[in-house]
Amino acid sequence: MLIRTPKPSEIKENQVTDESVYQNRRQLLKSMGFLGASALMVSPHAKAVNWFGGDENKTFETTPLEFSQPQVYHSEDLLTPEQKIISHNNFYEFGSGKSDPLAQSQSFKVDPWSLKIDGLVEKSLTLDYDDLYKSFELQERIYRLRCVEAWSMVVPWIGFSLAALIKKAKPLSSAKYVVFETLYDPDQMPGQKNRFTGGGIDYPYVEGLRIDEAMHPLALMSVGLYGKTLPPQNGAPIRLVVPWKYGFKSIKSVVRIRLTDKKPQTTWEKLAASEYGFYANVNPQVDHPRWTQASERRITSGGLFTRNRIETQMFNGYPEAASMYADMDLRKFY
Amino acid sequence: MIKSVRITAAHTFWIKVTLHLVALSLLLFTYYQAFSDQLGADPVKAILHFSGIGAFNLLLLSLLISPLAKYLRQGQLVTLRRPIGLYAFVYAICHFSSYLLFELQLEWSLLLSEILKRPYISVGFIALLILSILAATSTKPIQRRMGRTWQKTHNWVYVASLLVALHYIWSVKSELIQPIIYALVLLALLVARRTKFLKPIQSRFNKRTKTQQSKKKLA
Repeated sequence: MLIRTPKPSEIKENQVTDESVYQNRRQLLKSMGFLGASALMVSPHAKAVNWFGGDENKTFETTPLEFSQPQVYHSEDLLTPEQKIISHNNFYEFGSGKSDPLAQSQSFKVDPWSLKIDGLVEKSLTLDYDDLYKSFELQERIYRLRCVEAWSMVVPWIGFSLAALIKKAKPLSSAKYVVFETLYDPDQMPGQKNRFTGGGIDYPYVEGLRIDEAMHPLALMSVGLYGKTLPPQNGAPIRLVVPWKYGFKSIKSVVRIRLTDKKPQTTWEKLAASEYGFYANVNPQVDHPRWTQASERRITSGGLFTRNRIETQMFNGYPEAASMYADMDLRKFY
Repeated sequence: MIKSVRITAAHTFWIKVTLHLVALSLLLFTYYQAFSDQLGADPVKAILHFSGIGAFNLLLLSLLISPLAKYLRQGQLVTLRRPIGLYAFVYAICHFSSYLLFELQLEWSLLLSEILKRPYISVGFIALLILSILAATSTKPIQRRMGRTWQKTHNWVYVASLLVALHYIWSVKSELIQPIIYALVLLALLVARRTKFLKPIQSRFNKRTKTQQSKKKLA
């Protein structure tokens, strides 16, 4: 069992008061008056939560994980703050606004969970909630995440290689593609119930990879970030992360992985094939028809004046993925 | 019942004061939040959406005034058109300058290529140019000096508002419902003015048929 359950006697992190805070407690109390007032002024956020019927007091509880930190997956990039990673999400099942998923998903049930791997495999598998954390060795991998909307983050994911999972099911040689499917549960996911909330896309959300892409060592099944299990807005309890592709390929809250011999039609491809291709490799030379992909804004801490526009790198800076597309016209297969 | 209440200059004065307070404080407060990183994870996107939607809301509100004044028979309301229209322009300028300053971060060549290459940005930019001309010619002395051309010039607000609706529809990935609702509201406001749009066509048509008839008579 890799989920670390603290003993009741253990002191929790939030019970430890930093010494400098303790020394300045009077100062802190004084500033609370101001903070209290400004917290009221920042109420648009709190209101947004209420407008959508969410419960602002209830936050999904994540659990610390145990994992290794291989040096190869370390990164020099400045990490995006956790608060931003968990509050700026594209997860239309919980609403199409960036802050909707946080507001609407906090009571999402992840346990029990069932992830099925089937199709063209020798041995179909089903992983339940506990299996997600104990079947494979968990690693921390710091990856850049480049959204097709031209913003990006740097996320310390925790997970295991997708290849290891697929190997366990013993794929048949006839398997050419891997299809992924998000949970379909309109009672829990308001976007699936209502077209307005769900941004007008078809559910369940479907994504796909070619088998060699799926077996690439960079492809990750993530179960956590920043040292803890995933919160629902980031795709709890398990999601795909393909760092050299645009973010929409990295499907969330996966319940089924199916190996097939036919190229699947993915959700965004179905919606607008001229804008979102099957491959969706990060490529600064091929623009989205409606905006440039040559550069991006890296989301870090800081307000409007942060100079965060950077050049987008081919394959999002993961050249090890390039060999898979060596003889392909990437303008045609975008 | 409506006639018993007359909206006077004093009333519109206070409506204007409220308008200034709300439009200006909302703008300043939201920019303050964005500058201090309190506006969600991506304050740039948030401020772009806020100023863009704000401009469109104000533009629609300014277009609502005339039909409303006519329907309620409250001519005094018409004086509200100018400040509301000007605030629509202010929000639009904030929208554009935020795009240039914070989204593109002063990459002028990128600004130029985006305006030329991306239809949704092109139409938004044209709308902004129109609104700039309308704002620049909005003062009373200029209005007087322009005479009849002033009204003709300011009829371009209809073109601008249609371009804004298109800009919004084209900018989203798949969430079309809200931009379509905005477009429908705009359409309703334009339909409310149908006689204004049809008049020049009708009069031209009438003229032509009259001259044809007189020619026939002569023949």
